[in-house]
Amino acid sequence: MTRVGTVAVNTFREALRDRVLYNLVFFALVMMAAAILVGQISVNIEQIVMITLGLSAISIIGLLISVFIGVGLVSKEIDKRTLYALLAKPLRRWEFILGKFAGLALTLTVNTAAMSAGLFLALFYVKHSIERADTVVLVAVYFILLKLALVVALAMLFSCFTTPLLAILFSAGIYIAGLFVHEMRNMQAGTIDPALGGFLRGISYVLPNFENFDVMGAVAHGRAIPGALIAQNTVYAALYCAIVLAVAMAIFSQRNLK
Amino acid sequence: MAGIDPFGVYGKNESMAEPAIDIENLTKDYPYGFLQLKKRRSLESLTMQVQPGEVFGFLGPNGAGKSTTIKLLMRLVFPTAGSARILGKPISDIEMHRDIGYLPEQPYFYDYLTAAEVLDYFARFHDFAAAERRERVQRMLKKVGLESAGRIQLRKYSKGMLQRVGLAQAILHDPAVVVLDEPMSGLDPVGRREVRDIILELKKQGKTVLFSTHILSDAEMLCDRVGVIVGGRLQGVGAPSELVGLKAQGMEILFELPAGGESGDLWAQATRTGDRYRLQVEESGLYAAMQRLQAAGAKILSVTQVKPSLEEYFMHLVAADRAQAAAVEVRAK
Repeated sequence: MTRVGTVAVNTFREALRDRVLYNLVFFALVMMAAAILVGQISVNIEQIVMITLGLSAISIIGLLISVFIGVGLVSKEIDKRTLYALLAKPLRRWEFILGKFAGLALTLTVNTAAMSAGLFLALFYVKHSIERADTVVLVAVYFILLKLALVVALAMLFSCFTTPLLAILFSAGIYIAGLFVHEMRNMQAGTIDPALGGFLRGISYVLPNFENFDVMGAVAHGRAIPGALIAQNTVYAALYCAIVLAVAMAIFSQRNLK
Repeated sequence: MAGIDPFGVYGKNESMAEPAIDIENLTKDYPYGFLQLKKRRSLESLTMQVQPGEVFGFLGPNGAGKSTTIKLLMRLVFPTAGSARILGKPISDIEMHRDIGYLPEQPYFYDYLTAAEVLDYFARFHDFAAAERRERVQRMLKKVGLESAGRIQLRKYSKGMLQRVGLAQAILHDPAVVVLDEPMSGLDPVGRREVRDIILELKKQGKTVLFSTHILSDAEMLCDRVGVIVGGRLQGVGAPSELVGLKAQGMEILFELPAGGESGDLWAQATRTGDRYRLQVEESGLYAAMQRLQAAGAKILSVTQVKPSLEEYFMHLVAADRAQAAAVEVRAK
């Protein structure tokens, strides 16, 4: 596992030096502007607006990083041939994939943690206090992280066998489809061709269910998130990531690097 | 040292110790076309061995299969058929990589790292302690002449400097077998000289070096043996002198002509350089030519056997391969 860690730390260092965390400046600007604006126009809905806006920004920025950098994790190394010297070292291909995944997951964690701190600062600015109930926002942040890990795994999988552009399209497509899993499963009989309905239902069980990770509305209104859902989402994300990464490793282990 | 093996069992020498690199019928087809259903053979049943402590040059024109062979050995691509072992271990064994160093063709490294950082990164995969890593990194930077540039990010490096970093990472862990893909590529004369010195130093240390090149003078200068590959097929293996000796023919007479000496058809065939003449004749006609020169008052300075250079041998093989390919194409039409 030391070798996985070495690749992960270098991936994190790459993200830092490529100024990926500069997005935090953008996030900070959004939060500051929102806090000032909300303070002027909102009437007792400051918390809802700030939390919804903050979590949405954390999610969108994280998704952009996950897809674009996730796809580049493998494809850039192949295109630039930086991988050639590396794979001649005592490093297995699956260790490389796992290390890259862990490195970007670490980057996203640091990035998300910094944005969450920014969100709490903005909340404090508009509410002049942070209450114990506000910590439920952290659960939503945790769910966003789980979702991002899944997206990174998918982006890496696609980049193992297709071009970067297609990998971005596939990853984005799967993410969007994964937001409508419940709708796919609950199509009313008679509104759609039975064969297509069956197909959509089948697909909905294979697609990652991103709907389950969205608790933004509940959190914004200060409702608690059940522990069972936290456990379920954790296990689901871990299992799904493990399966996707295992497939990515299997494909990459057989790939010819021309 | 193994001699020339023109009968197909290239490079085999059963009497020697276990070869450092042992390649058996290695074949590689690359799929191509929209559906990747067609196949282009890049390497055809390559069988050869590199002995421990040997500097082996892998020669061939662009697209001959040199890099494919090296990538197969490094498991960057996978063989269609055949097998290979390095230091007795199958190339699929990850532990083999502890004892080999590899310089890719036109190497490129993480450009956000400095040379010292990239070497430290690679050293970590060999489980060196921090102090040893630092010591090795500094020693390698000095060896490849990058001591003063070790703290500069690689994005500011020239092609030649990257080549030096590549060489440093290949020998950083003191491997027993070093595989270099076009190590002289992109280097100026000083850089080429330094790489040659490093290869010779590796040889002195008893390392096995396999390197591909199309710079034949380097191969002639450095290699115990060379293998010539053309069109994916190994065409010959042997010491450079033995390979070119196969086709040795003709004699060269170096002589001076006294003032007022006779002239004639023999002089017309000679090449003049200052006061001296060089005349090439068939071995069978040497005696007669010398008699005629002496009768004309010429002073014979030396008589040497004419051997074609490795380049001529190489060009002969390339031309033969192209002629064969053209004939196959004509038959196919």
